[in-house]
Amino acid sequence: MDKDINIKVKIWRQNGPKEKGHFETFPLGNISQGSSFLEMLDILNEKLINEGKEPVVFDHDCREGICGMCSLYINGHPHGPDGGITTCQLHMRSFNDGDTITVEPWRSAGFPIIKDLMVDRTAFDKIIQAGGYVSVNTGSSIDANAIPIPRDDAEMAMDAAACIGCGACVAACKNGSAMLFVSAKVSQLALLPQGRVEATRRAKSMVAKMDELGFGNCTNTGACEVECPKNISISNIARLNREFLKAKFKD
Amino acid sequence: MSWLIKSSIGRKFVQSISGLFLILFLLFHMSMNLVLIFNYETYNFLANEMLGANWWAIIGTGVIALGFVVHVIYAIILTLQNMKARGNDRYASSSKTKTTWSSKNMFVLGLFILLFLFLHLYQMWYQMQFKELFMIEGARHDGAELVAEVFSQLWVVIVYVIAFIALWFHLTHGFWSALHSVGWNNTIWMKRLKVLGNIISTAISLGFIIVAIAIYLGYSNILG
Repeated sequence: MDKDINIKVKIWRQNGPKEKGHFETFPLGNISQGSSFLEMLDILNEKLINEGKEPVVFDHDCREGICGMCSLYINGHPHGPDGGITTCQLHMRSFNDGDTITVEPWRSAGFPIIKDLMVDRTAFDKIIQAGGYVSVNTGSSIDANAIPIPRDDAEMAMDAAACIGCGACVAACKNGSAMLFVSAKVSQLALLPQGRVEATRRAKSMVAKMDELGFGNCTNTGACEVECPKNISISNIARLNREFLKAKFKD
Repeated sequence: MSWLIKSSIGRKFVQSISGLFLILFLLFHMSMNLVLIFNYETYNFLANEMLGANWWAIIGTGVIALGFVVHVIYAIILTLQNMKARGNDRYASSSKTKTTWSSKNMFVLGLFILLFLFLHLYQMWYQMQFKELFMIEGARHDGAELVAEVFSQLWVVIVYVIAFIALWFHLTHGFWSALHSVGWNNTIWMKRLKVLGNIISTAISLGFIIVAIAIYLGYSNILG
């Protein structure tokens, strides 16, 4: 049964990208274990506003685990201790009475802090702009079975396409590498005939952009795969390596 | 070819290929060491006649040395870049993500193995090929007897065993990770490569350790 619990939240406060940050601890009483983690932060912010203090800044949008906007590093895990979910899907029943919950922003050179728990993830948008699309004139829709695609390929492409670009992979990685994200975005298109046409150019330009933006080199620790809220497999990283090396050897 | 330095996957490619090459070298070295358990004469023939200061052995040594140098330099570059990419601020709640210990400590393990390598080169290679090549006095032509002398010291055996345990950890991650980085992996092969990597690293480490311990305990040169 869900109970009401008393907790302390230890939150990273930072006024701006260049300012020095620090932790601030807030006690919170009577939080229902049935409430979501973000609702708990809403309660905290309401309290702070009523006290005339500055509320904690954090990213959130859909609150149903599909937009990839929420981004908190909670008690040593991106998206909290529960597996396969985003922060907005995390509930307070994952915590106990008397717990101190540490909440930090994603920490990586590629994701500079904007304020408090909010980080700048436009680097991911720039990587997508570098080639994460198919540039064909689609015209009117064709028959669903006009282009035959093996079932396994379609499934793998769909699994890769589940990536919501939240950046948990970069946050979890000791190397600050964005390889899981880039590999998912390359794989979802490389596995389908529509995406094959531009596969070599896409792999090269997306990896080049990723390197340029200062993300690290992947060392296959597999931390990204463990923390990914959409369970994207690191076998996508092997596929990206394959696509990239094939493209380079072709030159 | 500048992509081998400028691109992250290019750098990983070089690191993987040099690593796989060094695994092949280790397999060869380990196989040759096993001869010591059976016969000193055969080992001396292999060590002195086939691998002494001959031109092919010198070229071979050069290629292997190059493999090591490339692997070490790239490891330093990759590690420094990764520390920079990670940023200055560490997580206060640390990382509680479950990953293998060796995968996160490849550089430290490698550094330890490199330090051992210097000792090892001084004790073995310098005394044999190097001294012979540069006509330094005291070059050893009885490889087997030299090895037996070195391994009669307990501290050498202990350092040796610890170094190969470090190598075991290094290779259990290194083998599958190298193949992953050159793109030879998928969801089915992942498990197979990890098992194969464990078998190869165990065979290599055990092969080296057995010889050192056998010599220390006097169980070598069985065939006289």
